[in-house]
Amino acid sequence: MRIARLLGIGWLFQFKQMSRSSFDSFLAICWPIFFATVAFFMFRQGGKPDALIYAGLGAAVMGIWTATSVAAGSALQRERWHGTLELLVAAPTHFSVVLLPIGLATASIGVYCMIATILWGRFVFGIDLPVDEPLSMALAIPATLLSIGALGFLIAVAFARFRYAWAIGSMTEYPIWLICGFLVPLTLLPNWVPPISWVLAPTWGMNAIRESSTGGTPLPDIAMCFALGSVYVFLGVIGTEAVLRAARAKASLSLT
Amino acid sequence: MTSLRIFAVGGLISYRALFYWLSFWIFVPSLVIAPIFQILLFAYIGRSAGLESDQFYVVGNAIQYAAIPCLFAMTQLIGGEKYQNTLGAILVSPAPRLPLFFGRVVPVVGNAAFVAAFSLTTGSLILGVHIPGSAILPLALVILVAAFSCTGLGLINAALALRIRENAVLSNVLFGFLLIFTGANIPVSELPGWMQAVSERIPFTHAIEAARELVDGAALSSVLDLIGTELLIGCVYLVAGYLCLRFFEWQGRRHATLERS
Repeated sequence: MRIARLLGIGWLFQFKQMSRSSFDSFLAICWPIFFATVAFFMFRQGGKPDALIYAGLGAAVMGIWTATSVAAGSALQRERWHGTLELLVAAPTHFSVVLLPIGLATASIGVYCMIATILWGRFVFGIDLPVDEPLSMALAIPATLLSIGALGFLIAVAFARFRYAWAIGSMTEYPIWLICGFLVPLTLLPNWVPPISWVLAPTWGMNAIRESSTGGTPLPDIAMCFALGSVYVFLGVIGTEAVLRAARAKASLSLT
Repeated sequence: MTSLRIFAVGGLISYRALFYWLSFWIFVPSLVIAPIFQILLFAYIGRSAGLESDQFYVVGNAIQYAAIPCLFAMTQLIGGEKYQNTLGAILVSPAPRLPLFFGRVVPVVGNAAFVAAFSLTTGSLILGVHIPGSAILPLALVILVAAFSCTGLGLINAALALRIRENAVLSNVLFGFLLIFTGANIPVSELPGWMQAVSERIPFTHAIEAARELVDGAALSSVLDLIGTELLIGCVYLVAGYLCLRFFEWQGRRHATLERS
């Protein structure tokens, strides 16, 4: 119960904080819209209505990853700048319970991006996104958010001792857009790429949302989101232990 | 002689001190790897939508990505003084403003040209785009002019940094506009009329068109008008940027807002 409360309060606190940052919220909304606009023009030029719907759904989910990649990468660095990292690490609660809500909050900011991109596609480009399975969609979106948030948590842990983690987080933006099938079908990519895509939750989240939209079978994709999300959290918790132990041993937590 | 020293030494020192991305661990992910993936992303979207050739996207995105160093470096080289608490000292000095500000432009142009050239080369190698040997030197000229042109826009952005806080947001927004309007991924003729009118007046549009023609085998002489237009646009933005800097410097003194951060 105490952990659930901490996760909830941590998520709310981080979400409110990020919502008030123009970089984490306003830019996270605008940035995917620029790319979505280019993609919409390109697919409209191609003259295939189905492709435009495909791009509309993909562009909507792109924003979730945009919001997560940079913010999660720089999550610990932000705590360093605020002077709160040492206090959080020294607190009796396991540090991963403090860190996980940050990843989830960054992904939740993606909801703004998703809504903004859908409205942009609808009112500027006339893209009507179908929702054939509303119930599945209602499950697919949170599953995607949670799994991407868990991936954000893993990234935050992986780059905890790296001063320029935001640059690495930012660098992952285009590759994930490309290899998780947001705008390009995986079948178009070289044969060695899809196995990498399969271990990335955004791939399954994207599939789940597309299947829910077109009346397919999204449940296996939703299950994969939860499974991969759990794996990321498990690895993140183990990673947190290792990172903190090393940081204490080398007195390098503050990276000064 | 003093002006020349301020131009050369001042510009170089400012670049080394204030362009935060000069660290290897930021430079490589942001300015070496990211543009390659931007090229791949749009080349594959192009394949998926059955549109232009890979060459179209390699050339367009390689040149357009030079906007990142142009916009961010210029902002950091001038706006960064504010965060280092050195802006006041710079502005009360008797140093002539023209070499002071324009000296900071040169390293930015060089850096942006490197990023564009590297992206073009690597993108071409990965996607198997053939660039004729005879096009290499003219392409280098086009890239240099494109970098200069966008640095002019970067100078305006830098001037705004004297007045507003969220420079990183503004730089990213400008990058997004350039992505849509310059024809890097969408042929300018496919854009609505008002967007075409905008694209004619911003950096990169003419440079990208010239570069595409050169890669297609055109001679340098046949794209000189495009290069000239790009150069002219760059000069207009540079002058506008300089005037904005002087204006915001004056405004900052008047309203005591120079140190606002």
